[in-house]
Amino acid sequence: MGQIEWAMWANEQALASGLILITGGIVATAGRFTQWYFGAYSIVAGVFVCLLEYPRGRRRKGATMERCGQKCMTTVVKLFGPLTRNYYIRAVLHLLLSVPAGFLLATILGTVCLAIASVIYLLAAIRGEQWMPIEPRPTERPQVGGTIKQPPSNPPPRPPAEARKKPSEEEAAAAATGVGGGAQVNPIPVTDEVV
Amino acid sequence: MGNWVVNHWLAVLCLVAWLGLNVFLFVHAFLKYEKDDKYYYTREILGFCSRTLRKSLDHNLTFHKLVAYMICIFTAIHIIAHLFNFERYSRSHHVTTITLASVLSSLHHDKEGGFWLNPIQSPDMTVLYVTFTTIAGLSGVIITIALILMVTSSMEFIRRHYFELFWYTHHLFIIYMVCLWIHGLGGIVRGQTEKSMNESHPHKCAQSFEKWDDHDPDCKEPQFEGHPPESWKWTLAPVALYIFERFLRFYRSQQKVVITKVVMHPSKVLELQMKKHGFSMEVGQYIFVKCPSISFLEWHPFTLTSAPEEDFFSIHIRAAGDWTENLIRVFEQQNSLIPRIEVDGPFGTASEDVFQYEVAVLVGAGIGVTPFASILKSIWFKLQHSDHKLKTQKIYFYWICRETGAFAWFKDLLTSLEQEMEESGKVGFLNYRLFLTGWNSNIAGHAALNFDKATDILTGLKQKTFFGRPMWDNEFSTIATTHPKSVVGVFLCGPLTLAKSLRKCCHRYSSLDPRKVQFYFNQENF
Repeated sequence: MGQIEWAMWANEQALASGLILITGGIVATAGRFTQWYFGAYSIVAGVFVCLLEYPRGRRRKGATMERCGQKCMTTVVKLFGPLTRNYYIRAVLHLLLSVPAGFLLATILGTVCLAIASVIYLLAAIRGEQWMPIEPRPTERPQVGGTIKQPPSNPPPRPPAEARKKPSEEEAAAAATGVGGGAQVNPIPVTDEVV
Repeated sequence: MGNWVVNHWLAVLCLVAWLGLNVFLFVHAFLKYEKDDKYYYTREILGFCSRTLRKSLDHNLTFHKLVAYMICIFTAIHIIAHLFNFERYSRSHHVTTITLASVLSSLHHDKEGGFWLNPIQSPDMTVLYVTFTTIAGLSGVIITIALILMVTSSMEFIRRHYFELFWYTHHLFIIYMVCLWIHGLGGIVRGQTEKSMNESHPHKCAQSFEKWDDHDPDCKEPQFEGHPPESWKWTLAPVALYIFERFLRFYRSQQKVVITKVVMHPSKVLELQMKKHGFSMEVGQYIFVKCPSISFLEWHPFTLTSAPEEDFFSIHIRAAGDWTENLIRVFEQQNSLIPRIEVDGPFGTASEDVFQYEVAVLVGAGIGVTPFASILKSIWFKLQHSDHKLKTQKIYFYWICRETGAFAWFKDLLTSLEQEMEESGKVGFLNYRLFLTGWNSNIAGHAALNFDKATDILTGLKQKTFFGRPMWDNEFSTIATTHPKSVVGVFLCGPLTLAKSLRKCCHRYSSLDPRKVQFYFNQENF
């Protein structure tokens, strides 16, 4: 169990708790149960928890699979810096959020689940884990043919060094039909084929 | 779509039958509570009541997951329904006017005998109090939390990367089962007793509820009873099967396993050759392995890489996590004693069917080649013994790999197979392609330089290594044209994305005419 990142499980648990809070809240509010305003609170808290927990953090080793469409929430969560990075803060936040929902039977399940998620986050924080956003990797391979704009200006076979010391216009003109010289004019057309 | 149905009709039929049975049972129970006279007064307070039905039939992983989803859905329905019930029970105590519901709620709470209807005994009791002081309520909360913990730790992400967490958390099912069985003990869902129905039937007496306590001989106060829990009836057989299987595993694990050879291959791959009394296997099967000195409880599956014709059985283990790395480290220390290994199995998978197809396409990605190692070895033995019972005429073997180091242990097998094919004159029998997906321009340049050499520079085999991924459309269309009337079995051991593309190709290139070429896709995955 040495390589477990508890925060990953806490994240799944918190997301599930958020959904349960929302469901319980809807039942209580729609059914107009006694003290249904706790249900209304539960819906709001649930939505907040879901939004906070939706972007998955990066694993320490290896690639991490993103949740579908989490990019925009990642940028928002990243904005809060240490508030969202630190798991102690998340643990306390979840614990506090879960308390008011505990007064109503319909939402108490959400309370317990969120409290469990809070405990797991605490464990993760004690082990020094942090929330790191999943950044898209910069594409490394440039276009293969992109850097080739011109064919080499002085390809072999080249004339001996003496001939190259004095490039005159006549020589350049003479060399244009033959070999070497200044700007290369290709005898057959050269196309840049990028595979 | 037509091809998909042809390939999966049996699974679809079973699924439809099971779902249909679930729906029928749900509707049957629902109608019982909706219509039966016994529950006339119960309905009065509650409006309606629903019951959940849960069956745990463990057949295989997909079915298990399906059952889990159904349990979650029904749990949600069950909880929501009972939330409404409790709310209404609670409300019936607080109405200002005298209604049938309020009269029913106050019946029988002061006397002995338990003939009450409303589980909320007095107007002061809150639903929260009742939930946590009744067996049904408390066990319900416990099992729901156990279920949620099991579900969150079984998410694909957690399962793939932190398997031990999933494995240990999943054992919460023990708590789940026990609490499920006692969940119905309180008898909170109640109906009128038989005797009371005979004396004062609701159709006759419901209207005159104000006069019930006037000692009217015609209509007495109705009496109610709960019924005993029923969940155990559904789950007893599967649970018994499961306990039997665990016991069988324990019994098998006690039998002695002798390690005859240990080979350390490059790329951190460990090969263990073992012998066990009474062990017999088929190609492509797998075993569960436990090493008590590393972990007392964990069993890990490994595909067998030896052929049934050999007198030992072997597995190749790659370092891919805590347990495997510890195992490899323990075996690397040659001075210490060899640890004891326990084996359970072998268990069968789709690879057993390879020899049933005229033409077989075998695709292995990385370490997923192991079941096919077993098959190829078996073919080598069968060729040596000229086994004419072999139905297979041709095999196309694709091995897709990221790095060259992993080739090494398999290279010897392929080299000897190449030789064998030449010697027995059956060069066309096995057609293999190796694909290197983790190539860079260095390797490609090197390969280009050595283009003219007869053997491949990376593997030394006659068949050249390809770079990049195979183009399945080309491969499948070539096979389809080469074998226009055959049944082709496609076997994959690899990632899901590859399975999807192969499955698509199978459907696309299978002709709708059942006499022409048919591709059947079989996947095995751990």
